[in-house]
Amino acid sequence: MIHSLFLINCSGDIFLEKHWKSVVSQSVCDYFFEAQEKAADVENVPPVISTPHHYLISIYRDKLFFVSVIQTEVPPLFVIEFLHRVADTFQDYFGSSNVGDTLPTGQLSNIPWRRAGVKYTNNEAYFDVVEEIDAIIDKSGSTVFAEIQGVIDACIKLSGMPDLSLSFMNPRLLDDVSFHPCIRFKRWESERVLSFIPPDGNFRLISYRVSSQNLVAIPVYVKHCISFKENSSCGRFDITIGPKQNMGKTIEGITVTVHMPKVVLNMNLTPTQGSYTFDPVTKVLTWDVGKITPQKLPSLKGLVNLQSGAPKPEENPSLNIQFKIQQLAISGLKVNRLDMYGEKYKPFKGVKYVTKAGKFQVRT
Amino acid sequence: MSSNSFAYSEQSGGGEATELGQEATSTISPSGAFGLFSSDLKKNEDLKQMLESNKDSAKLDAMKRIVGMIAKGKNASELFPAVVKNVASKNIEIKKLVYVYLVRYAEEQQDLALLSISTFQRALKDPNQLIRASALRVLSSIRVPIIVPIMMLAIKEASADLSPYVRKNAAHAIQKLYSLDPEQKEMLIEVIEKLLKDKSTLVAGSVVMAFEEVCPDRIDLIHKNYRKLCNLLVDVEEWGQVVIIHMLTRYARTQFVSPWKEEDGLEDDEKNFYDSDDDQKEKTDKRKKSYTMDPDHRLLIRNTKPLLQSRNAAVVMAVAQLYWHISPKSEVGIISKSLVRLLRSNREVQYIVLQNIATMSIQRKGMFEPYLKSFYVRSTDPTMIKTLKLEILTNLANEANISTLLREFQTYVKSQDKEFAAATIQTIGRCATNISEVTDTCLNGLVCLLSNRDEIVVAESVVVIKKLLQMQPAQHGEIIKHMAKLLDSITVPVARASILWLIGENCERVPKIAPDVLRKMAKGFTSEDDLVKLQILNLGAKLYLTNSKQTKLLTQYILNLGKYDQNYDIRDRTRFIRQLIVPNEKSGALSKYAKKIFLAQKPAPLLESPFKDRDHFQLGTLSHTLNTKATGYLELSNWPEVAPDPSVRNVEVIELYAMNITGSADSESGSASGEQEEEGDSSDDSSEDSSSEHKSDSESASEVGNKRTAKRNSKSKRKRDSEDGENENEKSKTSDSSNADSSSIEESSSDSESESESESESESRKVTKEKENKTKQNINPLTKDVSLLDLDDFNPVSTPVALPTPALSPSLIADLEGLNLSTTSSVITVSTPVFVPVKTHVLLHRMSGKGLAAHYFFPRQPCIFGDKMVSVQITLNNTTDRKIENIHIGGKRLPIGMQMHVFNTIESLEPEGSITVSMGIDFCDSTQTASFQLCTKDDCFNVNIQPPVGELLLPVAMSEKDFKKEQGMLTGMNETSTVIIAAPQNFTPSVILQKVVNVANVGVVPSGQDHIHRFAAKTVHSGSLMLVTVELKEGSTAQLIINTEKTVIGSVLLRELKPVLSQG
Repeated sequence: MIHSLFLINCSGDIFLEKHWKSVVSQSVCDYFFEAQEKAADVENVPPVISTPHHYLISIYRDKLFFVSVIQTEVPPLFVIEFLHRVADTFQDYFGSSNVGDTLPTGQLSNIPWRRAGVKYTNNEAYFDVVEEIDAIIDKSGSTVFAEIQGVIDACIKLSGMPDLSLSFMNPRLLDDVSFHPCIRFKRWESERVLSFIPPDGNFRLISYRVSSQNLVAIPVYVKHCISFKENSSCGRFDITIGPKQNMGKTIEGITVTVHMPKVVLNMNLTPTQGSYTFDPVTKVLTWDVGKITPQKLPSLKGLVNLQSGAPKPEENPSLNIQFKIQQLAISGLKVNRLDMYGEKYKPFKGVKYVTKAGKFQVRT
Repeated sequence: MSSNSFAYSEQSGGGEATELGQEATSTISPSGAFGLFSSDLKKNEDLKQMLESNKDSAKLDAMKRIVGMIAKGKNASELFPAVVKNVASKNIEIKKLVYVYLVRYAEEQQDLALLSISTFQRALKDPNQLIRASALRVLSSIRVPIIVPIMMLAIKEASADLSPYVRKNAAHAIQKLYSLDPEQKEMLIEVIEKLLKDKSTLVAGSVVMAFEEVCPDRIDLIHKNYRKLCNLLVDVEEWGQVVIIHMLTRYARTQFVSPWKEEDGLEDDEKNFYDSDDDQKEKTDKRKKSYTMDPDHRLLIRNTKPLLQSRNAAVVMAVAQLYWHISPKSEVGIISKSLVRLLRSNREVQYIVLQNIATMSIQRKGMFEPYLKSFYVRSTDPTMIKTLKLEILTNLANEANISTLLREFQTYVKSQDKEFAAATIQTIGRCATNISEVTDTCLNGLVCLLSNRDEIVVAESVVVIKKLLQMQPAQHGEIIKHMAKLLDSITVPVARASILWLIGENCERVPKIAPDVLRKMAKGFTSEDDLVKLQILNLGAKLYLTNSKQTKLLTQYILNLGKYDQNYDIRDRTRFIRQLIVPNEKSGALSKYAKKIFLAQKPAPLLESPFKDRDHFQLGTLSHTLNTKATGYLELSNWPEVAPDPSVRNVEVIELYAMNITGSADSESGSASGEQEEEGDSSDDSSEDSSSEHKSDSESASEVGNKRTAKRNSKSKRKRDSEDGENENEKSKTSDSSNADSSSIEESSSDSESESESESESESRKVTKEKENKTKQNINPLTKDVSLLDLDDFNPVSTPVALPTPALSPSLIADLEGLNLSTTSSVITVSTPVFVPVKTHVLLHRMSGKGLAAHYFFPRQPCIFGDKMVSVQITLNNTTDRKIENIHIGGKRLPIGMQMHVFNTIESLEPEGSITVSMGIDFCDSTQTASFQLCTKDDCFNVNIQPPVGELLLPVAMSEKDFKKEQGMLTGMNETSTVIIAAPQNFTPSVILQKVVNVANVGVVPSGQDHIHRFAAKTVHSGSLMLVTVELKEGSTAQLIINTEKTVIGSVLLRELKPVLSQG
């Protein structure tokens, strides 16, 4: 399947290679570099490249390219998924400290995904229900597309072999679910209960999509007025953010990112709240807003300097919005209870809900 | 979790890069002078010295640095002699690193590499299965042709290894040997054939991979294993699943007849039912009675469905392509939801999935139409994703959604990403040709775009309009007139030029406008752009040829202007045109054809999807992505007209055959029963979670006789374990109790496996030596050197290399554990239950049953319908004043795996009448509810039976000695206990007996001690022992202990017993 693997950093150095069959020369990566040059940015490097003797399948993660060399037909997703797992493993291994000196122990256990002989003095099970709103809002403020994607991440520190079942108040909300292998699929099919012997530590229990029939509440609105004057070297920029359908919770961690048109030279803005930066090279405007207080809505106003002589931009830029609402799952999903079987102690249990903006875009 | 990844990305980038590269060096070498190339030579000297050293730590450091060099692509080959010496090192860490080195350089230094071969040969016989496996892995990775025979022999032996993990590695080695020496093909196929019969989920994926690589055309090898593979699939690790699913897709296309034939006509209205529920599906199925699907075909489709929920994108895609290629068209719809889910993933996954959706959406719009909005483009998507989404949107466009889509397209056209904007314009053009209702709207929209400031947009619009007009000659006039008017306002030269070209092409259709346009153009000729000038000349020439009366002078004027133009291209063109159209004495033969030259019919370009021709590639393949046949691509064959003999997959037939010839009937019968068992295995408790395969194993092997002996074996093994442990002590530095525990479990399982194997293979034609080995093990297990599975022993120090990945080893355990389960069925004699008063439960209240009342109770008898079923008696009462007719059980909604034997339909029940009927329900040893409908002639009522845990048991007669022995083997995880506090009068033997048997159907074990009461039972479904002990302590407390493999049931029973026993 995968013949060789090369790791390439952002400055184009091949700093690690691994060959599973015969050794393939580094020069095979030249085809990759060629494709990289052709692509406007890293995001546009095609994941599958055909060369005279090999096929290159690559992924881009954390400023690194993982380039695999393939010789024969293989499902490309197989390779892509595998490379991402490799990247995950590296992240796990190098992420926390520099290099761990020991590999994890107790890997051979009766349950494939759980190490044996787990012991904790404090037995805890935490679940984070994280929902992200993907949305496209059009110019007039109406929703073109909105959908909720959620995950339940778990942090389980329980001794022994606990057998957990997690039930929801409203499991029917979950439209399409993908599971960690520990979950008993049949139990879910029949009872809509997540029954599982958890892996030890952090893991993603499920990811789900909330059925698209449900209307998605959009917690913020943006009033915007962005205009570029014809035959003049300046324009106006004025945006205000306000809460909407926020279920009485505070919206925090708001950030607005705007990719301004190329003709924009600079921006002179005044925020009523938070701070903004404009990068004249990448033309990216970032406004770090913080919290919304309904009494005084945050706004960002000012002038845009355009390259003189250049035609005014055709389109106003889209606003990408990030926000966070604590203690709320926007879909209304609620965990009903968590039961533990198989162990005698009483664990400490906790569920946290967070709603975030996913790919949340406002067209202007 | 997110904060973690954030932290990672913070420190990633350049710094990360070097970190990764130097992990082995910078952190380890104390001198730290690694980066200096000048010291390389000297450096290797000190590496050599370190390797010569007596200290393992120095050697280890040296090896880490060397492996670091390899990883960075530096040449470390000159160290070969120094490194290879350490191949026999006792230190397992050094050994692993030396293996890594050898794999990399053996091919270059073949002679020296041969020195190490004997070490591997020895390691292949190592008692530790992990060492055997890694020796095989390295041996097969050394690409030295001279050792091919040794490799072949090693593979053959490993394929018969007792450890499934080693057999898995044998399957991997097959591919490597095949790529080194294709001559070995025939011999390797024999090994593959043998391994395909393997029952282990661990081996399945790897051997199918080897099959695909070595002999994908030998579909005949699959027949006998087909059902087994289908049933194992869910429990195979995810990478194996992908490979198996792809292979089975090809298999299905050669072995089954097409399920599509009758449906061709239905395809158009597929929208009506692709999303339909089962009922409707059944209806459509009924409609085409002429076709009945092969049950094996159905088996594959059914067993892959749950995998659509996999977290692995490759698995989801594999199932999706399987459905696309082999399932009835009405069932393909279910894949769309899962594929759309994958679009939330990273860009690479999106790219591949979108490509496949693009191909699918050409043929079947309906599938993805409900998800239309999921393909809307965001400004932040990479261009390649944007264009793919656009492609899909175009394919999905129809009369109903086109207006929404066009509005969406308007946004895209204005995108700052001009390449994408241009692609959108192309898209609009395609929509215009496909959907006649909007052709005019699109054309108008495109005409508006002509005034766009961006040249790419304008050029693209003109090109598209040009194409559209060429396709619809009838409507030319109006738009061309409109475009002619636009000439006054449009400034972009490309656009002006294109309009002029259009008018020229169609000058006969707009006879009044064309000359006027030429007049206007002539006026401003000198100030036009060169591009426009050329088109003015062309227009003039065309008009001159068709309408010379009106335009002769104008054209000549223009030609004169052109003659003196500054641009030589224009002067050149002018000369050329003049010669061609204006007849004079010098003009050649060509001028006769001038009209044909200028006004030739130009073919209309085709606007179609670039994905149109991709559908002949199997979806999800590399070839599909590249749209060319990749090396090694296997064509998906067309459905056969007539299905090949389906009986080739019958395992019963094979069983006989195998008995006579190979004697390996065991595996076959195992998979035969697998189909049912798999469902039975609803895996509701922890230990059973492992895999269905084990289950089926247990069935096939469950001549109950084995069970006890196996258990005994495993117990005696435990003793030996400690002896072995002593032997192992030299090797193992660490051993903590928990690991010793787990290893003993593994051990017993691997051993019990050996037993079953030797059993099945006793008649087989095996290499005699092996056979001897096995029989020896069987007869004299105490001296057998069992394979140890003690990872702690194996990896006390870290290195990310040459270790079996944790992902593999745990599943191996699952495997072993399963095997353990499978053979531990012992002679358990079911005794008669202790009499308890009958406890009835309401099944259907007469109020909700419209007068029909039903009660049920558990008679605590072995079920007559099946020995895995719990018998249930239902008493039906008619409380109405008329007959209730036709009482029967309707739709069942059972958790998967659960089975139910229903009572015969009751023709009628008189008023005030009552009748008791028997049923059997296989609860799969779980307290899950069996839901079904109790139906009468007129009504259907939903009812549920939830068994109390105590009814899932059958009492077992057992002596105290046996009890203690069994209890001794069910400790640790399998034991749950609690303390009970109650008044002393409650702790009299009779009270305890009565209370316990009231709750659970257990048998009393005679006890020699007054203060200990023992009860034994087995679970109905799996026959696992359930041992209950009540031990009275001082001061009105008692200890309640339950020992069972079925820990979930055990703990539930414990919870139910506790309050009952402590009650007053």
